[in-house]
Amino acid sequence: MPKLTIDGIELEVAPGTSVLQACEQLGIEVPRFCYHEKLSVPANCRMCLVEMEKAPKPIASCAMPCGEGMVIKTDTDTVHKARKGVMEFLLINHPLDCPICDQGGECDLQDQAVGYGFDRGRYGEEKRAVKDKNLGPLIKTIMTRCIHCTRCIRFSDEIAGVSVMGATGRGEHMEIGTYVEAAVSSELSGNLVDVCPVGALTSKPYAFTARPWELRKTESVDVLDAVGSNIRIDTRGGEVLRILPRLNEAVNEEWISDKTRYAHDGLKRQRLDRPYIRENGKLRAASWEEALALTASKLKGAAPEKIAAIAGDLADAESLLALKDLLGGMGVASLESRQDGSAIDAASRAGYIFNSTIAGIEQADQILLIGTNPRWEGALVNARIRKRYLQGGLTVTVLGPRVDLTFPIEHLGNDATLLNAIADGSHPYAETLKAAKKPLLILGSGALARPDGAAVWAAARAVAEACGLVREDWNGFNVLHRAASRVGALDLGFLPAEGGRDLAGILDGARKGEVEVVYLLGADEIDAQNFGRAFVIYQGHHGDRGAHRADVILPGAAYTEKNATYVNTEGRAQHTRQATFPVGEAREDWKIIRALSGALGKPLPYDTLQQLRKRLADANPVFAQIDRVTPAAWGAFGTASAVAAAPFTLPVENFYMTDAISRASATMAECTEAFVSPAVAERTGTHG
Amino acid sequence: MAWLDRTARGLFMTELVKGFALTFSYMFKPRVTLNYPYERSPLSPRFRGEHALRRYPNGEERCIACKLCEAVCPALAITIEAEPREDGSRRTTRYDIDMTKCIYCGLCQEACPVDAIVEGPNLEFATETREELFYNKEKLLANGDRWEPLLAANIAADAPYR
Repeated sequence: MPKLTIDGIELEVAPGTSVLQACEQLGIEVPRFCYHEKLSVPANCRMCLVEMEKAPKPIASCAMPCGEGMVIKTDTDTVHKARKGVMEFLLINHPLDCPICDQGGECDLQDQAVGYGFDRGRYGEEKRAVKDKNLGPLIKTIMTRCIHCTRCIRFSDEIAGVSVMGATGRGEHMEIGTYVEAAVSSELSGNLVDVCPVGALTSKPYAFTARPWELRKTESVDVLDAVGSNIRIDTRGGEVLRILPRLNEAVNEEWISDKTRYAHDGLKRQRLDRPYIRENGKLRAASWEEALALTASKLKGAAPEKIAAIAGDLADAESLLALKDLLGGMGVASLESRQDGSAIDAASRAGYIFNSTIAGIEQADQILLIGTNPRWEGALVNARIRKRYLQGGLTVTVLGPRVDLTFPIEHLGNDATLLNAIADGSHPYAETLKAAKKPLLILGSGALARPDGAAVWAAARAVAEACGLVREDWNGFNVLHRAASRVGALDLGFLPAEGGRDLAGILDGARKGEVEVVYLLGADEIDAQNFGRAFVIYQGHHGDRGAHRADVILPGAAYTEKNATYVNTEGRAQHTRQATFPVGEAREDWKIIRALSGALGKPLPYDTLQQLRKRLADANPVFAQIDRVTPAAWGAFGTASAVAAAPFTLPVENFYMTDAISRASATMAECTEAFVSPAVAERTGTHG
Repeated sequence: MAWLDRTARGLFMTELVKGFALTFSYMFKPRVTLNYPYERSPLSPRFRGEHALRRYPNGEERCIACKLCEAVCPALAITIEAEPREDGSRRTTRYDIDMTKCIYCGLCQEACPVDAIVEGPNLEFATETREELFYNKEKLLANGDRWEPLLAANIAADAPYR
C-alpha cells in the first residue's frame, strides 16, 4: 500500500493505482483525453501531466503508478504551462468548427480548452485535413477533428473484440480508420461514439438534430433484450432523440448494444395511437368506451376455459400482474408468457435466472455455453465474458452451433445428447468442469424452446449438479433470456394454471374453436394466423404481427412512456421511467387493464401505481428489491428424460430486429441491410 | 419697492414681450423636428431593429444551425430545428422568431459565429395581426436579401470596435 502526497494531502492507495486515479480519489480533476477507465492506458495525449518532486519534467499521471513517498503537485505554474502547451499543439490541427459539430456542448476538448486554451492561435500555417471514413450506417466520421487519442482503437480491440479500427502513418500523418474500407460490424459499435472525446465519431442517425442543452434526460432501463441495460433517454418535446448508456457496474458497465441505442426511432413509426375495432374484416377507429365495452362483453360472453391470454416479450410486471389478477379472478387458467414455446416454468427460481449474475462472470474460469449466441442474445453478457477472457485463465466451451464470439472457444460439437454424457461423466469435458475453480454454464433460451426443452433443462441441471457448478458460495447455473418480460412473468407465475393450456394448447384450441377469446398483451412473436376464428384482443404499442390479426386493439405504451418494472435475466428488478407521453389516446398498460376490469364490473383493488407496486411486492418479494439480485435457492426443475439428438439452433436470426420496436426502426433496417443481409446472402449463394 | 417693480412689469408686459422674442428668435435657427416618414434621423450602425438572416455573396445561407442564438435568447423567442441537407451540410429546417416575445437585446447576433442572424436597421415592421409577427425562415431570409447592403455596411462600420 504505497503512501503518497498529492497537493499536500497524504493518502494511501492500493498497489497499482495510477497517480491519476489517486487524484480522482481525492476529487482533484486531472484533464485527460486518451485515458478511459475501462480501456488500457496508452498515455499518448499528454494532457494529464502533473509535477512530481525529484522528477526532471512533468509526468503523465495516467500511466505513472503510485509509489511510496511520491510528492505530486497538480496545481502549479509548471503543470499549467505544460498542459497549455499540450492544448495548443492539439488545437493546431483541430478545426474550429464547433458550431457545426454534433459534439458541441458535450465535448471534452471544448471543455478543457476553456481551462487550458488561449483565445487566439499562434499557428498561421495550413491546417491538416483528413479524408472521412465510412464506418457504416451508425457512425458518422469527420476525421479532421480527430486528436489521435486512440480510444476508438482500444475500444474495438478490447471491449468489442473486432480489430477493425487502427492507425496508419505517424506523427502528423497519422490517420485513424479501418484498414480496408469497411463498416464496423459489431453489436457494440455505437459505444465508439461515446468514447470519442471529440466530434470525430458521432452518431449518424442523430446527426444535427439537437444540442445537449435542449434535451430532457430521463434515467431508465432498456427492454429490447433481457440484460436490462441502464440507459438515459434524451427527449425533446415528446420525442425520443437518443439513448445513451448509464453507468451500472453490475449490469452493463458503461456500454450498451446498438439495438438499445439506435432502435428508438421505431417508437415513432407504426404506432397504435387509438383503439380500433374490426368490422367486416377491416379495422376502424373507435373510442375507448366502445373498445372496452366490446372487450368486456366478449370476455363475459365466453366461458373461462375458452379464454386464453398470451403476454409478449416487452410486457412489464405491472400489466402482467394486473392481467393475471383480472383473468385469474374470472377463473381463466390459460395464461401464457412463453411466446417462444419455451419449456421453462416457475418450479425453482434458480432454474430460470442468471444465478452467477453478470458481474459474477468475471470470477469464472470455465464457461460452457449451451445452444446460445450471447453476442446476439445478450450483447453485454458477451462483452463481460470477453472482459473476463482478456484477464486470462478462462476457457469458453461451446455446445451448439459454432459462432464468432470475439474470443477463442473450444467447440464440443452440436449434439444435444452430449449434455447427458457430460452429466453422467462419460464425456471428458465433465472432468474439466469439475476441475475448474468457478465453473459456469450459460443455457440459451433457444435450447429451452426445443420440443424436448424440459429434458434439456433437466440435463443442464444434472450437469450443474454433477460437475459442482452449484456450491455454497457459487451458483454457476445460468439461463440467458432474450425477452425482457420473461423473468418477471415467471416470478409472477404468469403461466398456465391447473387445467390451463400452454402456448401450443392455446393455438391448437383456437384452431379447433375450443378457445374463443385470446388476449394478447403485446404478443407479436407468434404467427397470428394461428388463432383460427378466435376473437383476438391485442393490447400493445405497435402495429405489428399481433395487431394485424386483432379484432379489437387497445393501444398501450412503449417502455419509454411508462413507469414500469422489468426483471432482467439475473432476476434484478429495475424500473423504467416515463420520458415521454404515450402517443395519441394510448395509455399505460396497467391502467388499460384496470379500466377493463371496471368495464367488466370487477374492479381491481388498485387505483395508483403505488398500490399496484405494493401488490407486486406482496406477490413476489423480488419486486420490492429494486436493482438488487437476491440469490435463489437451488431446487428441482425440468423433466428428466432423454434429450433428442437434434442439434441446437440459434433463436436470433437478425440481431437488429427482434421485437416490434426494432422491426419498426429505419436505422435497424439499415443495419440489417449492412450487416446481416450480406452474410445471409453469402451463405445461401443468392448474392450478385 | 417690490410691488412697484411687479406693477411696472405688468403694465409694460415685458415678460410677454420676452417670451414672444424667444419664440420669434427660433424662426432664424435650424429646425430640429423631422417630417417623418419623409425625413429620418440618422441611425447608429449598432441599431437593433428587425431581424434578418443573411447569405454569403454566392447566395448560400450563412446559418449553420449551431443553435447558439436559440440557447442565448433570454426571451426564448427563437426556435430552430435542423437536419443534414442533401449535400451533408448542417442546415436549419426551421428557424422561427416570435417577434412578440423578442426584447431586441441583440444577444442573438452577438452569439452568431457566422454573422447570419442580425438585427437590421428596419424599425417599421408593425403589423395588423399578431400572427404576422411570428417570423419564419423564409421571411427572415427575405429580410436579409432586402437589407443586405445596409447590413454589410453596418457590420463593417462596427468591426474596428470588436
